[in-house]
Amino acid sequence: MIASVLVKRAGMAIVTLFGVAVVVFLLLRVAPGDPIAMMIGAGASASDIADLRARYGLDQPLLVQFGIWLAGVLRGDFGVSISLRRDVLELLAERLPATLELAGLACTFAVVIGGAVAVLGTLLRRRKGEAVLDGVNGLLLAVPDFVWALAFVLLLGVLWPVLPLSGRMDPSVGVPFVTRFYLTESVLTGRFVIAGDIIAHMVMPVLALALPLAAVIARILKDGLSEAMVQDYVLLARVKGMSELRLVVGEALRNAVGPTLALTGVQFTFLIGGTVIVERIFAFPGIGSMAIDAVINRDLPLIQGLVLVFGALFILVNLAVDLAVVALNPRLRHG
Amino acid sequence: MTVPLLAVSHLNAVVGRAGNAPVLRDVSLTIARGEVHGLVGESGAGKSTIAKAILGILPHGIRITGGSIALEGEDLLTFDAVTLRQKLGPAVSLIPQDPQTALNPGRRIEAQLTDGLRLWKGMSAKDAHARALQLLEEVQMREPARVMRSFPHELSGGMRQRVLIAAAFALEPKLVIADEPTTALDVTVQKQILRLIRSMQERHGTGVVFVTHDLGVVAQICDRATLLYMGKVMEQGNVSDLLNKPRHAYTKALMEACPRYDQPGRGLAPVPEEVFAACRAEIAAFDQAGAGHG
Ligand SMILES: Nc1ncnc2c1ncn2[C@@H]1O[C@H](COP(=O)(O)OP(=O)(O)OP(=O)(O)O)[C@@H](O)[C@H]1O
Ligand SMILES: [Mg+2]
Repeated sequence: MIASVLVKRAGMAIVTLFGVAVVVFLLLRVAPGDPIAMMIGAGASASDIADLRARYGLDQPLLVQFGIWLAGVLRGDFGVSISLRRDVLELLAERLPATLELAGLACTFAVVIGGAVAVLGTLLRRRKGEAVLDGVNGLLLAVPDFVWALAFVLLLGVLWPVLPLSGRMDPSVGVPFVTRFYLTESVLTGRFVIAGDIIAHMVMPVLALALPLAAVIARILKDGLSEAMVQDYVLLARVKGMSELRLVVGEALRNAVGPTLALTGVQFTFLIGGTVIVERIFAFPGIGSMAIDAVINRDLPLIQGLVLVFGALFILVNLAVDLAVVALNPRLRHG
Repeated sequence: MTVPLLAVSHLNAVVGRAGNAPVLRDVSLTIARGEVHGLVGESGAGKSTIAKAILGILPHGIRITGGSIALEGEDLLTFDAVTLRQKLGPAVSLIPQDPQTALNPGRRIEAQLTDGLRLWKGMSAKDAHARALQLLEEVQMREPARVMRSFPHELSGGMRQRVLIAAAFALEPKLVIADEPTTALDVTVQKQILRLIRSMQERHGTGVVFVTHDLGVVAQICDRATLLYMGKVMEQGNVSDLLNKPRHAYTKALMEACPRYDQPGRGLAPVPEEVFAACRAEIAAFDQAGAGHG
């Protein structure tokens, strides 16, 4: 069951990524704006411009350009960034870990907060507390990530400056890292002071990304829990004398997480999209903030590389969610 | 005089926001230790309402307005929720109507059979496992070890009902409430399950409230029975008296409406309209009298 899901998904992933590559490639060439014009000064001669165009292969017909790029990608060569003049793959490898740590932490946080709120709301059902919780959650649902980001900048960065406003860690930290997963690495190697500094830098962007997702999870999970709580098996467990908390967590939760997870997977892809603007606001050096620069500079090779990475992330997350849904449901697990 | 196992007295319940629609009208019944008591009546008569009131799981629309439910002399209606849970959990259990929905689809049978034992008897996982296996054997489950590892969807309806019966008797409760435990099952399985409940009850000396709309079932497994119509007790007594010398016209009519295994030529005459009219008049007179007092 799980193996067949994996094979099917891998095939679909390749087709999807190819489609994404084609569409992005075409859109970027059709859209106005010239990367060469962005990179050189106003006084450049026509022959200089032509030389540069030839160097980046931009003088070739579209189909040829695409073929060259695709052949490169298949060899692991994503080309050279026009604006940064560095290998695209190298740039991505440098920046991606930061975004993965940010998104991973935000997602974990959202699941914990959203899950706790849903359980609490279910425990409080038909009491005043439930209405209050639902109301607050409804408000949170309406506030997007970048508004949180700006609010945090004002509150915790400017008015009451307790948290560092930008970057991934204190630049004066001169400790060498083996990987680019700074947080994971410093925790694993026991360098907790550095881990603390990294976390302090991540609090605001993580919260900004996590709160909207937490609100969605809380809403969906609470609906699922309410539905499960009126099922006969919960009634029977109640007759057995199980406590209210045990009914919610021990009986209802396991049957409510499946559907919640499926919907959360979709929402998590929004979270990855949200990193673009949130990383920008906190000058967090991930692929999100790099994407904005790449677009402003019409850095075609870099944009293409980034889009493929985002696409692969979406596909991987949804695959993980699908597998988790199967793993959590005994009826699916045993075919 | 000894205290009965369960004594419901003058229980009144209403439904609706205004609380003006009675669902139970002054219901009284007693159940002795080891007695199987049938609760009979057509759909909407209030059978499940009585069962749920005893178990403390009435839906929120229904409110008890008077009376008492005493388990071994202790009035359950005076307890707060936590105390009630601790009193009832180990002492009263339920065999539900629909075995398809009464088992948690996400938990193995073993977990669902042992959780009560671990909670109330403080058993270790190993002891609870052994006891659960023993219970499955007692309800004549084939391959009990495999069933323990199964999820509910891997079992047939009859097997699930056996699991639920095993769970209901697991804690040696004083009282088991069976709310139409066979209506959702195949006719062939129904008789086996009825016999199983009766034999479990006899072996453990358990009192049983058996909810049904079928007088044939009452004749088969009940010692005494209470006949309800619109939430009011119409007739009550030993099953043999009730079936052989019915006093109330409604009981007689219900028996006419019931197929008889011993008299195959008879039965299935619908309850005549004038009997219903008489019952409704009786209810109206009762409500009138109640209003007069209040
Ligand atoms: N949750 C509820 N909210 C409001 N009214 C209810 C609710 N449950 C039952 N009732 C009403 O209470 C009355 C008695 O219902 P009850 O379920 O006790 O009947 P029953 O004898 O068990 O019938 P059945 O054979 O259909 O199970 C009915 O008139 C029904 O409409
Ligand atoms: Mg009923």
